[in-house]
Amino acid sequence: MSCTKTIRVLIAKPGLDGHDRGAKVIARALRDSGMEVIYTGLRQTPEQIVEAAIQEDVDVIGLSILSGAHNFLFPRVIELLKEKNAQDILVIGGGVIPDEDIPGLKAAGIAEVFTPGTPTSKIIDFIKSHVK
Amino acid sequence: MGDKYSLEKLKEEKKNWEETKLNKVLSKHPERYEKFYTNSNIEVERLYTELNVQDMDYLEELGFPGEYPYTRGVQPTMYRGRLWTMRQYAGFGTAEESNQRYKFLLSQGQTGLSVAFDLPTQIGYDSDHPLSKGEVGKVGVAIDSLKDMEILFDGIPLDKVSTSMTINAPAAILLSMYIAVAEKQGVSPDELSGTIQNDILKEYVARGTYIFPPEPSMRLITNIFEFCSKNMPKWNTISISGYHIREAGATAIQEVAFTLADGIAYVEAAIKAGLSVDDFAPRLSFFFNAHNDLLEEVAKFRAARRLWAKIMKERFNAKDPRSMMLRFHTQTGGSTLTAQQPDNNIIRVTIQALAAVLGGTQSLHTNSRDEALALPSEDSVRIALRTQQIIAYESGVTETIDPLAGSYYVEHLTNTIEQKAREYIDKIDKLGGAAKAIEKGFMQQEIQDSAYRYQMEVESGRRIVVGVNKFQIEEEPPKGLLKVDPEVGIMQEKKLKELKSSRDNIAVGQALKELEQVAKTDDNLMPVILKCVKSYCTLGEICDILRKVFGEYKASITI
Repeated sequence: MSCTKTIRVLIAKPGLDGHDRGAKVIARALRDSGMEVIYTGLRQTPEQIVEAAIQEDVDVIGLSILSGAHNFLFPRVIELLKEKNAQDILVIGGGVIPDEDIPGLKAAGIAEVFTPGTPTSKIIDFIKSHVK
Repeated sequence: MGDKYSLEKLKEEKKNWEETKLNKVLSKHPERYEKFYTNSNIEVERLYTELNVQDMDYLEELGFPGEYPYTRGVQPTMYRGRLWTMRQYAGFGTAEESNQRYKFLLSQGQTGLSVAFDLPTQIGYDSDHPLSKGEVGKVGVAIDSLKDMEILFDGIPLDKVSTSMTINAPAAILLSMYIAVAEKQGVSPDELSGTIQNDILKEYVARGTYIFPPEPSMRLITNIFEFCSKNMPKWNTISISGYHIREAGATAIQEVAFTLADGIAYVEAAIKAGLSVDDFAPRLSFFFNAHNDLLEEVAKFRAARRLWAKIMKERFNAKDPRSMMLRFHTQTGGSTLTAQQPDNNIIRVTIQALAAVLGGTQSLHTNSRDEALALPSEDSVRIALRTQQIIAYESGVTETIDPLAGSYYVEHLTNTIEQKAREYIDKIDKLGGAAKAIEKGFMQQEIQDSAYRYQMEVESGRRIVVGVNKFQIEEEPPKGLLKVDPEVGIMQEKKLKELKSSRDNIAVGQALKELEQVAKTDDNLMPVILKCVKSYCTLGEICDILRKVFGEYKASITI
């Protein structure tokens, strides 16, 4: 690729869920693959996440939830991005997310949902091929 | 074993075997890997013999069950006397739904309850708080006030069952609610048996449901120690937890080391608060994980028991033998479950449960096969419980105590884990203790490094996870997963409204005012929290007052 811009990613934990092993492993894998990665830490509201994403001028937001609150919190992030005219940011999600919820999340604007067992290389490839 | 021949002779014969037999085979058929490791990256030798444990003193290092250093178990008869408590962690949706699940579990032969609370409850928000949106009833039951707790335990005799509650930052409040429900059943606090998790340090390290900064959090914990030592002699005041540390990616060695380091911090805090060690230490309990490396896990439990006994005796000068006994609950490893081919998880759970039993656990939760996908369905929970029952009644491993003792490999691993955990604890001491080490992000960084290494090993194929990076199949999406009613949040909000309009709001205001006053002093908070709870103050109202006085914890972020 001739594109030299470094991809910037915000890894975020929306909601009250404290499980961030996956979020941290992915943050590190993305960083090791040459991206610039910011991790929000726990308990972020969708508002805080969107604000951080815009302030940090990221290309990608990676949302991680294992508590089951994804159907409410993921679409809320997309909604706020649209309100702020920032829908060009690619939003991906991961965590314990039942298959049957995935079509709904994609329809809401989540580009891809990565469930347990996904190799980090697959996520890296997805980001690299989807960030313009 | 014995003195029939000298160790010199054994060494010679072993060398002889290597040179003649082994090398011949190796030259034709090399082994699968150049080096072998346990799950925790301890290098594993090809063969263990007496040479690996030649320096061990049986009486000093192993001893007898029910006697110091408790390597072989905390009771003299272990499972020959009484089996472990079969305790499935459960709770979701409303108090009504969870109450039904508990009655189902008890009817299936479960012997103790274990309450899962939803995240708003664990973080001290009522169900109508803006941050609760989407989370109410999801990972556990929603409890906003004593009203919900009364429903949760309706028809369950609290003098007959023991109840474990996974609650940390607001542990004092939920314990008070439990006491209040029991009183309504005519059961006094001294008759109650059970456990509150009450372990805030591991929340900072790994689990994330903290509210207050370390200092007031430690005060709440020692307040509970003190209150229970006087009023609740059968209650485990804390469950010092390695479980979540392991889930976050720690190795078995780190799990033992960081858990016991946290334990040391609690003992020190209580002594500093003026309690004497033998007044509270007998009611400290522990909570560990069980992963797939069967023999390493068995060794881990044995090493933890021995190390804690030595710490209590040597470091804290405990005199009561019960202060030195590490009693523990085990849960099988959630992070080892795969979303792929979920029925395979039944086998993983069996291995892990076996490790816990061979390691001498006092109680056990076996995970359900579908937990990498959703909360477990009733069918899956039944299989998980049956797994324990088959081990208990059919496998035969319960009929003698600590059956793997004397295995060269298991004893060698037990020694290694103890020694390496001790090295970590020394390092943490040098950093100023567990609380300081956490503040500096030391434990977090160590755990993250292990988690990352594990993931990279899976991705490189050096570590095989069946169905994930080998033996994959095309699968249909699983059916019959449990769905939490999305209306739970709305129902809870309605219940809260009703409560606030029907309770004595003057008494509520007075109780909360008194709480604020006591929080500002050094007095024990338990009596006033009990008063608040009995006046039907909500969990969120109580926590808001404490947030106002204590402030909130801000985590340091490391990746």
